[in-house]
Amino acid sequence: MTALLPLHSADSLVLYGEVFASRLLLGTSRYPSPQILENTIRIANPAMITASVRRQGSGPAVAESGFWQLLKKMAVPVLPNTAGCHSPQEVITTAQMAREVFETPWLKLELIGDDYTLQPDTLQLVQTAKHLIKDGFKVLPYCTEDLILCQRLVDVGCQAVMPWAAPIGTGQGPLNPYAMKLLRERLQVPLIVDAGLGLPSHACAVMEWGYDAVLLNTAVALATDPINMAQAFAQAVSAGRMAFLAGAMTAQDSAQASTPLIGTPFWHQA
Amino acid sequence: MRIVVNHIPREIPAQSKVSDLLQFIAAQPPYAVAVNLLFIPKTKHSEHVLNENDQVEVIAPVTGG
Repeated sequence: MTALLPLHSADSLVLYGEVFASRLLLGTSRYPSPQILENTIRIANPAMITASVRRQGSGPAVAESGFWQLLKKMAVPVLPNTAGCHSPQEVITTAQMAREVFETPWLKLELIGDDYTLQPDTLQLVQTAKHLIKDGFKVLPYCTEDLILCQRLVDVGCQAVMPWAAPIGTGQGPLNPYAMKLLRERLQVPLIVDAGLGLPSHACAVMEWGYDAVLLNTAVALATDPINMAQAFAQAVSAGRMAFLAGAMTAQDSAQASTPLIGTPFWHQA
Repeated sequence: MRIVVNHIPREIPAQSKVSDLLQFIAAQPPYAVAVNLLFIPKTKHSEHVLNENDQVEVIAPVTGG
């Protein structure tokens, strides 16, 4: 197994005052088996893993209890989500239930506005986030790449925002690089790309732009080899971050020889 | 009286509390409860009295993205 590129200890991810060694957050859905999920978490070493809540008994009992035991065993911080919520009240109640079950104030805020694109309801997201912040949640809002929306989320107290790269589960990679780069230029809070990444190169690219972390699920879970794909993503996140900190050259339109021209053999004045 | 639990109608004794319902449906921890879209914390399960046609959600942790 290739060793992961180490993060500089002074360059940790800081969210709501808490320090995380990894800049990768990992979803737990859609894996071929619980064992593969467990091995993927071990290899990826994520900062947090996401989870959800559903009606008890809606799935096999053994699956529910197995996942709970896995959470206890892995001891990775859990980020509960409000997936499937379509109204602010659904979000608030789901969040409160999740906080009690998972015993954590962390929350991935999802307020869905459309069942086909699964895009967030941007018109109600800000007030919902404000309510949750006031109720003591550490809110990581799933949002679009809209600058004004993200600024308003920060204004009401979100200490990080999570814009999508593309619709959930599509694996298309960043569809609007211009807007995503603009967010990085204009916002000072941690930015976590959540949704739509498909390849490690996508993750590397957003980290090179200066994003602080990525949250992945489908790109890993539906890979032919989720475990090795998780490792690839972890390395891509580290490489992208390292490149950002190292300061990339400025792209140019015209060619410039790397080898000095002076002393070129056979050269003569025309 | 009739209530709905996780979208399934059920008959339970009148004046049942949330804790009675959880015992009746053999709910397995960990779980959390909401009644009529409002969260009922576990400290209130033995106090909150259910009413006719209450919509109850009993949720459990699952995988998520």
